[in-house]
Amino acid sequence: MKKVKIYVTLRESVLDPQGSAVMGSLHKMGYGQVEDVRIGKYLELMIADGEKDIDALVNEMCHRLLTNTVIEDYRFEIEEAVSQ
Amino acid sequence: MKFAVIVFPGSNCDLDMYHAVKDELGEEAEYVWHDSTDLSKYDGILLPGGFSYGDYLRCGAIAQTSAIMGEVKKAAEAGKPVLGICNGFQILTEAGLLPGVLLRNKNLKFMCHTVGLKVENAHTMFTNQYTQGQEIRIPIAHGEGNYYCDDETYEKLKANNQIVFTYEDDFNGSRNNIAGIINEQGNVLGMMPHPERAVSDLIGGSDGLGLFRSIVKQWRESHVTHA
Repeated sequence: MKKVKIYVTLRESVLDPQGSAVMGSLHKMGYGQVEDVRIGKYLELMIADGEKDIDALVNEMCHRLLTNTVIEDYRFEIEEAVSQ
Repeated sequence: MKFAVIVFPGSNCDLDMYHAVKDELGEEAEYVWHDSTDLSKYDGILLPGGFSYGDYLRCGAIAQTSAIMGEVKKAAEAGKPVLGICNGFQILTEAGLLPGVLLRNKNLKFMCHTVGLKVENAHTMFTNQYTQGQEIRIPIAHGEGNYYCDDETYEKLKANNQIVFTYEDDFNGSRNNIAGIINEQGNVLGMMPHPERAVSDLIGGSDGLGLFRSIVKQWRESHVTHA
């Protein structure tokens, strides 16, 4: 069993109005040091051991469903996990 | 002409689409559930607006994996007209049938009002009843209608006349005010505004009728019955 942690972020070329709104609030709260806020997604998958290479499997799922590579980048970490 | 109105869990403009085709156009229409695997008996495919699968993950992302989408792709490849409105447009981009993607509106708000559109290409199977450059008024209702594509894709859209409708005003942040685009082949149209909500003067306007009439006209001309 593997625990896969996937981080999805908006590509740099894509504007993030949500991030801008949050930055505006942070500034109003006095955190003027904040120069940029980008909001992304975090996904956690528990994947049973199988024949297919886990990296290839995660990449495939990211491309087919979990992310839209027109606007998003992703990276992931794989950890050993114990089945529950 | 027989239309399929695809229904996903969370579609909510399917009834309006059906009404536009059946009652205003006088053509045939049937609802087709998202897990169906055959669209062969239909001449045109309509993907309605709504919030398929609650817009979870990304709008249109989960609907794109439905069984019916394989059939929609086949229909598109066969040259049948495929029209995606609002959530239908989002699904078509996620399915890769149209380029680009729809992002959150730049002001982060769900917006619902009637807007002015310009017909940028009146030479498509969806717009032959309009004139080039015609201004029409069609309602919008979306939170994620901010069309985005990279420079290369935009140049290609422009060069191939794939930009079919643009907004008169920029209210959602769409690249170059793009409101609707067509695929290269010219038989798949995606647009955020709702022409199916503008088919009767009684309820605020009929500028959307031309779009449906265009599809039917094109179909009739290419399907002449040899009795």
